[in-house]
Amino acid sequence: MLVAETETPRQSPSALPRSSQPLSHLRLLEAESIHILREVASEFERPVMLYSIGKDSSVMLRLAQKAFYPAPIPFPLLHIDTGFKFAEMLAFRDEMARQVGAKLLVWRNEPAIAAGTNPMVLDTKRCCALLKTQALLDALRHYNFDAAFGGARRDEEKSRAKERIYSFRDAAGQWDPKNQRPELWNLYNARIHSGESIRVFPLSNWTEMDVWQYIHEEKIPVVDLYFAKERPMYVRGDALMPIEQSFVALPGERPQMVKCRLRSLGCSPCTGAMRSDADTIPAIIAELISFRSSERANRVIDHDQEGSMEIKKREGYF
Amino acid sequence: MAAATASSFSIDEFLERERQKDLLRFSTAGSVDDGKSTLIGRLLYDTQSVYEDQVRSIEGKGTTAPGQIDFALLTDGLRAEREQGITIDVAYRYFSTARRKFIIADTPGHEQYTRNMATGASTADAAVVLIDASKGVLIQSRRHAYIASLLRVRHILAAVNKMDLVGYDEGAFRAIKADFSAVLDQIAADTGTPAEVHFVPVSALAGDNVVHRSAAMPWYAGPTLLELLESLPSAQQTHTAPLRLADKDPSAGTPALHPTDKDPSAGTPALHPTDKDPSVGTPAFRFPVQRVLRPNHAFRGFAGQIASGSIRPGDSITVLPSGRHAKVKRIVTWDGDLDEASAPLSVTLVLDREIDISRGDLMVASDAQATVARSIKAALVWMDQRPLDLGRRYLLKHTSQTAPAFLAAIDYRTGLAALDHVPAQTLRMNDIGAVSLNLLRPIALDVYAENRSTGAFILIDPESNATAAAGMITAAFSDPGAAADDAADAWGRVTAGEREARWGHRGGVIEISGPLKLIDSIERSLFAVGAVTSRIEADDDAFLLHPSLLEIVSGIAARSGLLALVVRADEDVTLAARAEGVEITVGAADSIQAVAAVHQLLHRTGIFISSEKADL
Repeated sequence: MLVAETETPRQSPSALPRSSQPLSHLRLLEAESIHILREVASEFERPVMLYSIGKDSSVMLRLAQKAFYPAPIPFPLLHIDTGFKFAEMLAFRDEMARQVGAKLLVWRNEPAIAAGTNPMVLDTKRCCALLKTQALLDALRHYNFDAAFGGARRDEEKSRAKERIYSFRDAAGQWDPKNQRPELWNLYNARIHSGESIRVFPLSNWTEMDVWQYIHEEKIPVVDLYFAKERPMYVRGDALMPIEQSFVALPGERPQMVKCRLRSLGCSPCTGAMRSDADTIPAIIAELISFRSSERANRVIDHDQEGSMEIKKREGYF
Repeated sequence: MAAATASSFSIDEFLERERQKDLLRFSTAGSVDDGKSTLIGRLLYDTQSVYEDQVRSIEGKGTTAPGQIDFALLTDGLRAEREQGITIDVAYRYFSTARRKFIIADTPGHEQYTRNMATGASTADAAVVLIDASKGVLIQSRRHAYIASLLRVRHILAAVNKMDLVGYDEGAFRAIKADFSAVLDQIAADTGTPAEVHFVPVSALAGDNVVHRSAAMPWYAGPTLLELLESLPSAQQTHTAPLRLADKDPSAGTPALHPTDKDPSAGTPALHPTDKDPSVGTPAFRFPVQRVLRPNHAFRGFAGQIASGSIRPGDSITVLPSGRHAKVKRIVTWDGDLDEASAPLSVTLVLDREIDISRGDLMVASDAQATVARSIKAALVWMDQRPLDLGRRYLLKHTSQTAPAFLAAIDYRTGLAALDHVPAQTLRMNDIGAVSLNLLRPIALDVYAENRSTGAFILIDPESNATAAAGMITAAFSDPGAAADDAADAWGRVTAGEREARWGHRGGVIEISGPLKLIDSIERSLFAVGAVTSRIEADDDAFLLHPSLLEIVSGIAARSGLLALVVRADEDVTLAARAEGVEITVGAADSIQAVAAVHQLLHRTGIFISSEKADL
C-alpha cells in the first residue's frame, strides 16, 4: 500500500507560478481541468465522479480537491466494482476516499456476479458489457446522476480522440459519434432533457506522460501495483498473468517470481503485468520514454475486435 | 526495457526540462485528398509520438504502396471514417518535442464541415492550412484560412504540400505563395484580423520539411513546419499573458494587438470598449465567476478561471453587471495563496468586503471595464441542422452564464467563394453571417477582437438543446434593440423580439377572476415592474353579445407583444388565474401572496422571460 501522504502536500516548489515565468504545460492543463470540474458542479443537479482507482482517477481526484478548496468536493465518488479488481486496489480506494473526505459509492452488478460472469467463460466483450457497462448504466440510473466525470484521455485510443469534453448520452446512456455537439472555446453546452446525461472528461487533453509527471510533481499517491517489485506471476510467452482469485492455471503451470509492474489497472484476468525495474515514479517516467508500445496494449478488451473501443463506447461504456 | 536509465540520460534533467515546456494548440483542416491526415501522421511518426503497436496495427492496410505505412490511418479514428476514407469530425492529437507540448485539433476541410473547422480553430494559437502544390489554392484552403481569421487564430502556417508531385519546383511554390498571400489580404480586410503567415514547401508523404529539412529543395532555406510550430508564441503569450511588467506601472504595458487600427467596419458603435479602455493593448483583467465557495461562515471565495490579464491582492475590481467595487484580499489556491495570478489560471478570489456576487457575474479591473450590453452585433457560424429562425428565442451562453437572446436581424451572410456579403433571411448549417442580437438580460462582455474569452458565445436551441451557433461579438450596445436599430432595416416592422427586449416579457393572455380590489392590485404590480398590459373586462356587454370576440381581442393584444389581462370581478374568497393552459387558485385574503403567485405564474409559463419581473 502506498497511501503514504499523511500530510497534504503544500507549497511544492513548482506549484506556485511566478509572474515572470510562462506557465508550464502542466499548470495549463490543471487550470483547464479545474475549470471543467467547477462548471459541471455548478450546472448539473446530480454530478458524480467515476473513480476507478487508477492513476488517471488519482489525478482527477486531486484536481477536484483543488477545484473546490477550501470547500469539500461537492459530489460523491462512484466505483464500479466488477469483483475482479486487485485486492490492493480496493484497499487503496477505501483509504483514499477516507483521506480526501469524499463520499464513496460502490456499485456491483450483483446478479451477473452471482451468475458467475467471468471473461474465461464468456468472451471479454460480453463480460465487460455486463460487469462494467451494464453496472455503470444501472448505477447512474439508480442514483439519477445527470453528469458523470470519467478519467479517460483522448490520447489513450483512436476513438477517444474524437470524444468531447462534455460527451452527450441519450436516455439509454449511449454515445453517437456522428451526433456530437460542437464544443468551442471553453463554453460547454450543459443542457439536457430529463433522462439524458453527460459524461465529462476533465483529463481529455492530458497524455500518459502528463499524468505521470503531475503525479510526480504533486506527490499524488497511487496504487503500489504500478511500481516494479518481485511478484508471483504465471508466465505465458511474453505475457505475465497475475495470481488473483479468478486465475485458472493450465495443468502443470506454476507461478514464478518476476520483477514486474502494471502499466494500467483493469480487472485482474484481463490485465497483464510487464517486466520492469521501475520502482519509483521517475523510473516509471524514464521507462515511458523508452516505450515502444501504447499504454493500453496490455488491455485485452481494447483488441477483441476491430474498432472495439468505439463499439463499447456507443453502447455506454466509458 | 528500462534501458532509458543509461548513463547519458538523467531523469532529473528530463523532468526539469519538462517543467519549462509550454503548450501550443494548432488546428489543421484539409479535404479528402490534400494529404492532411498524412501530414499529421508524418508529424507524429517523425517525432516518435506513435507507438510500435499502433504502427503495426495499420501496417499493410490503407491505400499506399505495399511496405509503406499509410500515415492517414494513424489519425482517422472512427469506423465510419475508416470505411469512407474521410475525416468527419474533430479529432485531437497530442505530441511533444523537447521544446513544447502540442495539441492538434484535426478537422475535415469540406464545406459541410465548416462548423468542425470553427470548433478546431476556437482554441487554436495557429492554423496549419494545407495547399496542394499540384492543384494550387482551392476553396478548401481559402475556407480554412477564412475561418482561422474569423476565429482570430493569429498564425497561419501555409503548408504547400505534395511538392514531390511538382518536381520540388521553386516556381510552383512561389506562384502559390503569391496567390495565397492575395487571398489572405482579402480575408483580413473582411474579418479585420491580419494573420501572420508563414509558407513552407513540404511533402508529407516523403517527409520533406515536415520535421526534417529536405535535401530535395535546396532553394528553401526557411524553417521546417515543426521548427515553426516550436518557435511561435503560444496562446498565453499572445492572448492572455500578464503584460503588466513586474513592478512597473500597470498602464505602461506594451501596446500590442490593438484592434482599432485594423477594424474595417465603418462607424464606431456607441460603446466600443476601446473608447474607454485606458490601458490600451494591455489584456485587461477579466474573471467570470463560476462558483461561490462558502465552506463555512468565515470564508467566502469566488472560484473561476482568469480569462485575461492578471490580478494581485490589493487590486481594485468591479463586479459587472451590478457595478459594485471591491479590492482583492486573497488569491486562494490549494497550493497556498498567490502573490499574483494571471490567465489562464483557475483560482479563488476573496474580496475585502461583502458584496452580492453570484455565478455568471464578471469581475473586471476597475480601471479597464467591460461593456454591460443589452444588444450586440456578432459574427455567427451556424452549426445546427435547424436553420436560424429570426425572432426566435435562443439561449446565449457566454463565459459562466446563460441568458435568453433574440436574433433581431441578419445583417448579411458571407459568401466564402467571393468573400462577399449577401442579404439573407436565414443562416443554414455551415453558413457564416453577421447578426444583431437582443439580450434579455444585461451581460458584461468585450468584443471578440479584444478578448477571445469574454467576446465569444454559443447559441443553444432551447427546444432541442443543440449547440446552434458559435458567435464572436463585434460590437456591444447598452440600449436594448440598439444593435438591430443600427441595421439597414431600422425602418422596418417592429419584431416580437424587439418588443420582448424592450419590455422584458412576451405577449400573452392571462385570465384572472377574483375580488376587484385584488385584480386592481395585480394590474398595479405588473405596471410597477414595467410590464405593458391591456386590461380587458370580460363582463363587458360587447363580449356578452359576441362571446368569440373576447378571444379575438385578447389575441390581438398578445400578438402585439402586450400582456392581455382578461379580468372577471367577483366576490369569491379565492383568486383564480390562468395563462398558457396553467391554472392556479390562491386565497384572496393575503393579497401580497396572491399577487406574487400571479407573477410566478407568468414566469413559469415563459411570458416573463427572466425572474427579474417575477420577483416583486
